[in-house]
Amino acid sequence: MSDIAERVKKIVVEHLGVEAAQVKEDAKFIDDLGADSLDTVELVMAFEEEFGIEIPDDAAEKIQTVGDAIGFIKSNAK
Amino acid sequence: MFDLTGKTALVTGASGGIGGAIARALHRQGATVTLSGTRAEALEALKAELGERTHVIAARMDDPAEIDRLAKEAEAAMGKLDILVNNAGITRDNISMRMKDEEWEKVLQVNLTGTFRLTRAAMRGMMKRRFGRVINITSIVGVTGNPGQANYAAAKAGLIGMSKSLAQELASRAITVNCVAPGFIATPMTDVLTDDQKKGILARVPADRLGTPEEIAAGVVYLASDEAAYVTGQTLHINGGMAMI
Repeated sequence: MSDIAERVKKIVVEHLGVEAAQVKEDAKFIDDLGADSLDTVELVMAFEEEFGIEIPDDAAEKIQTVGDAIGFIKSNAK
Repeated sequence: MFDLTGKTALVTGASGGIGGAIARALHRQGATVTLSGTRAEALEALKAELGERTHVIAARMDDPAEIDRLAKEAEAAMGKLDILVNNAGITRDNISMRMKDEEWEKVLQVNLTGTFRLTRAAMRGMMKRRFGRVINITSIVGVTGNPGQANYAAAKAGLIGMSKSLAQELASRAITVNCVAPGFIATPMTDVLTDDQKKGILARVPADRLGTPEEIAAGVVYLASDEAAYVTGQTLHINGGMAMI
């Protein structure tokens, strides 16, 4: 499932309107990619939809970087 | 103006006087309506009256599981939820010296906490679709206070503060959150007042009459409409001039 990272990055690019080059694994959604707190909620919702998973609130709070998202989805996607 | 064709609405407390009028008015403007409340018979009767584009989901607002179920089932029944009218409310009047903890807590739980829970559950879909109307039915007494209603006034004032906060959180997603604050309206809730009490109230109402549920519903229709897209965090007072705030 190596395409998980690509799919995550694509969602981030589309949702936040940032350049793909900015979406590095250590990029923080809020500090580096200009997301506001609602954007982060919406990103989590978009990931849930794309990968058919549920991301509980306490896990969602820990997803702060692109890499965090990829890591969570890799270990939880079916 | 105020055409709601293609829109979907959930009205809580739809078995009551004001809630029923709100549901009728939204339906008349073209919206699909889900009626919620605790009295299933009254809800079914209203559904029979309205005909097509109407669903019934009975639910208790003091039970978190029921509230989550209501939000889910309403979305499932209508395909989406555009307009949420939080109208469900109860009173347990008593002077504060005599007010029991249960009376205080029950009113806060249904009128304020229940409204927050249902709104939170409905927000997700509204955020995704970049459209939403949340209309909370508060009360004049939430702003002016009323002896014997410390619990009710606190809950209704709480709704106003909550609505302003949600309005700021959600404005960028084209979701508006507003309140409608009725004054004294002729409903079963005010029918129990004695003639002397009514006289005393009318002495304070420049319009010199009780309001009608339809006059409250008209305010809700406006706030639900596309025309009101730039109105958020506001409280629309409909009270015959009883308080001008």
